[in-house]
Amino acid sequence: MRNVLTIVGRELRSYFVSPVAYVVLGVFVLLSGVFFQAILVQTLQMVQTIQAQSFGGTPQPVDVPGEISRQYFGTLGVILLFMLPMITMGLFSEERKRGTIELLLTAPVTDLQLVAGKFGAAVAFYAVLLGVTLAPISTLFLYADPAVGPLVTAYLGLFLYGASLLALGLFVSTLTENQIAAGVMTFGLILWLWIVDVLGGAAGGTMRAVLTRLSILTPLGDFMNGVLAVSNLVFYMSLAALGLFLTYRSIDAWRWKG
Amino acid sequence: MIQVENLTKKFNGTPAVSDVSFSVEEGEVLGFLGPNGAGKTTTMRAITGFLPATSGRVTVGGFDVFASPIEARRRIGYLPEHPPLYAEMTVAGYLRFVARIKGVPSSDLGFELDRVMETARIDHMGGRIISRLSRGYRQRVGLAQALVGDPPVLILDEPTVGLDPKQIHEVRELIRSWKGRHTVVLSTHILPEVEQTCHRVAIIARGRIVAVGTPAHLVERLERAARIVMDVAAPAGEAAAALGGVPGVADVRVLDASDERARLEVEAAGVGADVEPELARAIVERGWGLFGMQSSTMSLEDIFLELTTDEPPGGEAAS
Repeated sequence: MRNVLTIVGRELRSYFVSPVAYVVLGVFVLLSGVFFQAILVQTLQMVQTIQAQSFGGTPQPVDVPGEISRQYFGTLGVILLFMLPMITMGLFSEERKRGTIELLLTAPVTDLQLVAGKFGAAVAFYAVLLGVTLAPISTLFLYADPAVGPLVTAYLGLFLYGASLLALGLFVSTLTENQIAAGVMTFGLILWLWIVDVLGGAAGGTMRAVLTRLSILTPLGDFMNGVLAVSNLVFYMSLAALGLFLTYRSIDAWRWKG
Repeated sequence: MIQVENLTKKFNGTPAVSDVSFSVEEGEVLGFLGPNGAGKTTTMRAITGFLPATSGRVTVGGFDVFASPIEARRRIGYLPEHPPLYAEMTVAGYLRFVARIKGVPSSDLGFELDRVMETARIDHMGGRIISRLSRGYRQRVGLAQALVGDPPVLILDEPTVGLDPKQIHEVRELIRSWKGRHTVVLSTHILPEVEQTCHRVAIIARGRIVAVGTPAHLVERLERAARIVMDVAAPAGEAAAALGGVPGVADVRVLDASDERARLEVEAAGVGADVEPELARAIVERGWGLFGMQSSTMSLEDIFLELTTDEPPGGEAAS
């Protein structure tokens, strides 16, 4: 455990001395803030329209904070598609390029501890990104009374969603010494996993049902609606496990290839 | 302390190291000598467990590096060919990280850092960012990194590369000072380095060990073929035949021949054969003129060339 924490600590420090952490954080805060503002204005306009159309009668009740948070989280899911590859792209590729992998693989640290440390650092940094979004969400509590349950499941969903993509990105970063290449490949992979349900839309029948289930964004929708389904938990966790397993195998493969 | 048995490492079916066996005793300094691409780095990487062997066995301190990698690695300090440095870290921050992953207890961390930084002579550099260090200082940080945790075995891949002459001298002094305390395997292609620092030398070429011995022993082995160059006033062929008849001569080559003059190279067959007086007599007794004789014993450099090239240096034999 000490080994894992040591690696997590070094990696996090490394994020924050290089510009990567600040660029990712800055762009994420800016984009998510702009979108939150837009969603806020749009939702309020929609509420006013509904009220105007009700002609003095009782307007249909609208869960304004729920509507805002749902749309906001949906947007975050998409912004994160672009941000997550940047968190993982250098994790192993840079170690190989700089030769520091030789230090890590000859230190009394198991490959499993190494993978856990790298993944832990990526997840910790991702948690910081998610933490930032608590600020706009908390403003909802100032002016309304949002339901806490769906917010908690939404954050759980976003966390698992991110963690599974980070695990896949970690694997991709073991495949090349070039972190840009790793970043682009990860982005391509994530994008493919995202639009697989669009492909499903074109297909029909069972194929459509299967492909829709495979999209990484589908379970996220359930989490945002406050639905906590075991199948969704299993989906993200098995995706993360797959990514970590492939990472572990890939490191073993380097040793043999040299 | 280190046992390498029948180590073979193939990359995509091509052997980089074939059937290499040797052992290093506790406290001994073994030098790996060989040209680039001979398999020095591959062998060292196999000892550290960075590369698993295709076949064969490596044990360090009694632990198989493949079967019990963690136990073996705990005993090894390794300086790879390119020092494995995190450029964005400070020297002290980096060494602290290395100390932690090597399992140095937190309570000893400060003391251990001071010790390795002093040994590598970077004790005033702790706060410096590694990316801004000169190549020589980076190499020293790499060396300090290998020393962290005071491992009994040190594997140093070209430890003096990139250093200026004064620093090279310091590092060699340092390695010499470890004799008896650490078991060291170092690689180099600089010959004086092994002569100065190593108890034993293993010469490696094309993935095979071609000779192992003390530097003095290797010189002695090749001194059997001590060479004497002679300038004589005689027909080359006849002179060569005459010299070839002298007891203790293994080989005679004509280096240069004109009408009445010849330059010949005589290879003596054994150590201390002292064939020079006999050679002189053989020329003079036949009434030829002897203009000069020069004998030379081979330096390690010659041995190195001799052992690592397919053909022995020199032209075709004339005797």
